[in-house]
Amino acid sequence: MTALTANAAPSRWSNNRAARRFMRHRLALLGLAMIIFLSLACVLGPHLLPYDSLYIDLRARFAPPLTGYHFLGTDPLGRDVAARLLMAGRISLLVGFFAMVLSTLIGTLVGVIAGYRGGWVGATLMRTVDGFLSFPSIFLLLALAAALKPSPVMITVIIALTSWMEVARIVEAEVRSLREREFVLAGRMLGLSGTHIMFREILPNAMGPIIVASTLTVARAILMEAYISFLGYGIQPPLPSWGNMLNGAQQYLGSAPWLAIIPGAAITIAVTSFNFIGDGLRDALDVRDDHI
Amino acid sequence: MIASIQAVAPHDVALSVRDLTVNLPQGMERTHAVKDISFDLKRGQILCIIGESGSGKSVTANAIMGLLPKVIRLSSGVIQLEGMNIVGMSPDKLRNLRGRVVSMIFQDPLSALNPLMTVGAQIDEVMAAHGFGTPQTCRNRAIELLTEVGLPDPELMYYQYPFRLSGGQRQRVMIAMALALEPTVLIADEPTTALDVTTQAQILQLIRDIQRRKGMSVMFITHDFGVVAEIADSVVVMEKGHVVEQGSAEQVLKSPKHPYTQRLIAAVPHLTGEDRPRPEAASNEPILKVEGLVKTYRGGSALFGAQRTVTAVNEVSFELAPGRTLGVVGESGSGKSSLGRLLIKLLDSDGGGILFEGCDIAKLSEAKFRPLRPRIQMIFQDPFASLNPRSTVGHIMTVGPLAHGMPYVQARDEARALLAHVGLDAGAFGRYPHEFSGGQRQRIGIARALMFKPKLLIADEAVSALDVSIQAQILQLLDQIQRETGVSMVFITHDLRVASQICDEIAVMQTGRIVERGPPSQIFLNPQAAYTRQLVAAIPGERPGNAGPVAANA
Repeated sequence: MTALTANAAPSRWSNNRAARRFMRHRLALLGLAMIIFLSLACVLGPHLLPYDSLYIDLRARFAPPLTGYHFLGTDPLGRDVAARLLMAGRISLLVGFFAMVLSTLIGTLVGVIAGYRGGWVGATLMRTVDGFLSFPSIFLLLALAAALKPSPVMITVIIALTSWMEVARIVEAEVRSLREREFVLAGRMLGLSGTHIMFREILPNAMGPIIVASTLTVARAILMEAYISFLGYGIQPPLPSWGNMLNGAQQYLGSAPWLAIIPGAAITIAVTSFNFIGDGLRDALDVRDDHI
Repeated sequence: MIASIQAVAPHDVALSVRDLTVNLPQGMERTHAVKDISFDLKRGQILCIIGESGSGKSVTANAIMGLLPKVIRLSSGVIQLEGMNIVGMSPDKLRNLRGRVVSMIFQDPLSALNPLMTVGAQIDEVMAAHGFGTPQTCRNRAIELLTEVGLPDPELMYYQYPFRLSGGQRQRVMIAMALALEPTVLIADEPTTALDVTTQAQILQLIRDIQRRKGMSVMFITHDFGVVAEIADSVVVMEKGHVVEQGSAEQVLKSPKHPYTQRLIAAVPHLTGEDRPRPEAASNEPILKVEGLVKTYRGGSALFGAQRTVTAVNEVSFELAPGRTLGVVGESGSGKSSLGRLLIKLLDSDGGGILFEGCDIAKLSEAKFRPLRPRIQMIFQDPFASLNPRSTVGHIMTVGPLAHGMPYVQARDEARALLAHVGLDAGAFGRYPHEFSGGQRQRIGIARALMFKPKLLIADEAVSALDVSIQAQILQLLDQIQRETGVSMVFITHDLRVASQICDEIAVMQTGRIVERGPPSQIFLNPQAAYTRQLVAAIPGERPGNAGPVAANA
């Protein structure tokens, strides 16, 4: 009994280790820095710039970048591209973030119940997931966006409804393997209710894959919003989004290429950054190679 | 001791390890996996390296094979294999030695074999990797090897996939692979730990036969002194990365010098032919009465035909009196774990009755049974898997009582008291399971089961995953708890020695049926069923009826 107080590691040791591993992942750190920078710019930037995003200056149409105080030039109506880009970023990032939250919630709920209950409940839920997956999601998005009034909230909901299936599948697989673990049996032995076991005992153990999947969902949601806005069914002008800025730029590709390049670059940076963070989290939270 | 090692003539030594030190990465429990260890494996002998988990015995084997993981570094020392120093040897040269001069058998034969390749192809591959012979000669040699390790119908076996073989057969295939190139040194890393007793006895016999026939030198790693007594010529005892004692098997087993060795040997459970004394004032009304219990597993699909059924528990009946312990022993697949889960209704039975305090719980629905759950609790096998890694010990202990309506303050106080009672300090309440060792975790598992003050405890292989010295402590704790609380126990185990320590009555299960039931004295000294006799005879290091070669009963 002398060994009983020995080898007590500091509390929350595993989490610190995950954090350390994430910090060693250079690309993930770069991604995190870029996202923080983009978010801060979108929140604070519009207050610091001299022009409002809706201010039309017909004398200054098609000004190339670095003309006076138009750091990123102006668009066909003489509106400041920098101001529009940052206002658009607010919309695009918010749509991406909330679409992720919503789709993760739906996916997790469906996945946990399907994975834990199994049997016909699980089969029904997972066949529903398969059904959703078998739709080409872009067409579904366009059809829904055409039928419903495209406000940012509606776009968010539509994107979430077409992207929760992946989370559901990941969670279902994870829960199905966790369900067989002895601590779940122990929960049943103690007489805990099914809901308690699902959401209080099993779910915390599945958080790793869920976090990774949701990070990647943000990236996809931003891309999707850009798609549908580019095609004209998404966020409607004059409200700017990165997608509809691209839409407005396509007829001037030859004469004013910056109009397309700048929002395009913003989308690329945001999406790759989120993907880098996702990769880093996947490496950091994967404890399977951790048996020492 | 050092002097006696150096006296050995070099050509008599197949493998010699001198001052081997292997560092562990920073932040681990200790700085060295092994430190300054030296030993010799004499030609044509079996050397057993024995130690508890974390003693560095597997690291030693991997260092000799050149298979250390990247984060663990060999920092100093000499490993002489057939006169060549292999420390610092280039990976290519080392690879050439592996399999040809030294080869290894692993603990888990399922994960060590490639599931997608036939047995024959895997043996061929070993030979092909070293440029040995043509495909035809390889095939002939492989079949020869399969014959040699005693596999039935080697011609057919050559084309089998690993999943079709039993654990013992897989381990025989592993041995055939290891022997493919006639190595002079064989390293066996706990090759029988994952096997049943009867299979273990066969594999030990096989290794000893082959070693004698070929004059091979074998380094055998184990944690079981019974196995040591069966096969060892000489023994190295390791503790926390140090060699604490070495010598001939006779010398170490009969007159251990180091206190650690003495403690280890004393902790080895032995068959006792003695029955436990009956508690006084025991009522004769059984607390648990099982009648004709049946559980059938259905595999395959009813829709597409080809449905297979396996009867895991077949017409099992027994009674258990209050405050008594029934041992259920059997090999893997005998249905003993299914029986345990049926009793606590983690599985639904297909027939028969379970009368708990006179009420048939077998037919109750989950909702009806839930209020009764506190009275029947279970201790699980795996102390790592049975505690939720994301919950604090306090949460793990109190979640059940809280769900049954106990106020938090009361649950917390009782949990703290129980933790102290099972030998953990009060600080354990707020910590996470991974901060505890295996034995400590099993104590937490026991404390959790006791939170409800149950009438019946089901212990499913509760000590099987633990080191012997910890095993002894946990058995003591269970015995003490039973004396204090008068709880009845169903103790499921594959280890007859353990069962003999703690049980009032033992039921031997084979393929779902109870083939014999009786007090330990009958089961071990005068077994009636042929299967029981076979089980008792297979126990390593014991000769039933006398004290056995491991005599130091401290």
